[in-house]
Amino acid sequence: MIRITRKIEFSAAHFYHNANLSAEENRRIFGKCNNPHGHGHNYALEVTIAGEPDPATGMVLDLKELKDILQREVMDRLDHRHLNYEVPELAGQIPTCENIAAMIWKLLAPKIAAGKLDRVRLYESPDLFADCTADAANGTGKRT
Amino acid sequence: MNISLTRRYRFSASHRLHTPKLSEEENRRIYGKCSNPYGHGHNYVVEVTLTGPVDPETGMIANLAELDPFVQREVIEPFDYKFLNEEVPEFRAQVATTENLCQEIFRRLKSFPAARLERVRIEETSKNSFEIVDEREEAAK
Repeated sequence: MIRITRKIEFSAAHFYHNANLSAEENRRIFGKCNNPHGHGHNYALEVTIAGEPDPATGMVLDLKELKDILQREVMDRLDHRHLNYEVPELAGQIPTCENIAAMIWKLLAPKIAAGKLDRVRLYESPDLFADCTADAANGTGKRT
Repeated sequence: MNISLTRRYRFSASHRLHTPKLSEEENRRIYGKCSNPYGHGHNYVVEVTLTGPVDPETGMIANLAELDPFVQREVIEPFDYKFLNEEVPEFRAQVATTENLCQEIFRRLKSFPAARLERVRIEETSKNSFEIVDEREEAAK
C-alpha cells in the first residue's frame, strides 16, 4: 500500500461563540477566540490517499485529479471566507480545527475515486493541527 | 472516522548521555560526543496528541486554555532552560536519552483530565524524532 499526500493552503476568518451559552460563559470557554469581530488564520491542509498504484499509470490517484477535487471542495468553499457566515456545512457548529477537519473529511471521502481517503490533517497554525483518520473497519487507517 | 488534536510546544535544555553503570571507555564508545562531560543542549519540540469525542457545545476535543497551562506546568516549567540530568529528578537514575524523555513526558501528561493522551512525539533536532503511542492505541491497530 502506498500513501500520497497533497498540501494546500487557504486563509479564512472565524470566531467561537455558542448561542446557547451566556456571554460570560462564552468568554470563559473561548477566551480571545470569542471576539465577535472574528480573526483569521492561514490554514494548511494535508490530504493523504492510500491505495495500490495502477499498473497502467503507476499512480494511486492522479494528483491533478486530487488537485481539482481540493480546489472545488475546499478552496472554493473556504478560501478568503468567514467560516461562521459563509460555509453552510458548518452551520450550527463552532468552526474549530476539529470541526473543520471533520467537515473536510466528509466532503472529500465520497469524491476519491481511486484509493481511499486515509488522513486529513488541518493545521490552524504551525503548532496546532487536527487529524481525521479512517476507521480500521474501512481498511486503511488506524482506529482509536 | 477518528479525530485527534495535536499541539506543539518547545523547550530548550541540556543533557549528557552517560551512565555510571558503564566504564568511561564504554560510555564514550556507546554515546560518542553525546557523552562529553560538560553536556550539550537542544531546542526540543514536543508534539502532544489528544483524542476523544468532540464536545458539541465547544466544537473541541480539548480546550487549549486548559491544555496549555497543564503542559506548561508539567513539562515546560520543569524542563525549560534546565540541565535534565541534574534538575529533573527522574533522570538521576536513568540516562536522559530522548527515548526516556518521551516516556517521562508521556507519564507526566497522561493525567490530563479533559481528553485521552494518544501520542507524545519529540523532535530533538530537525533530523531526529522519537515518539510514544498509547499502548491501547497500538493494540487496536
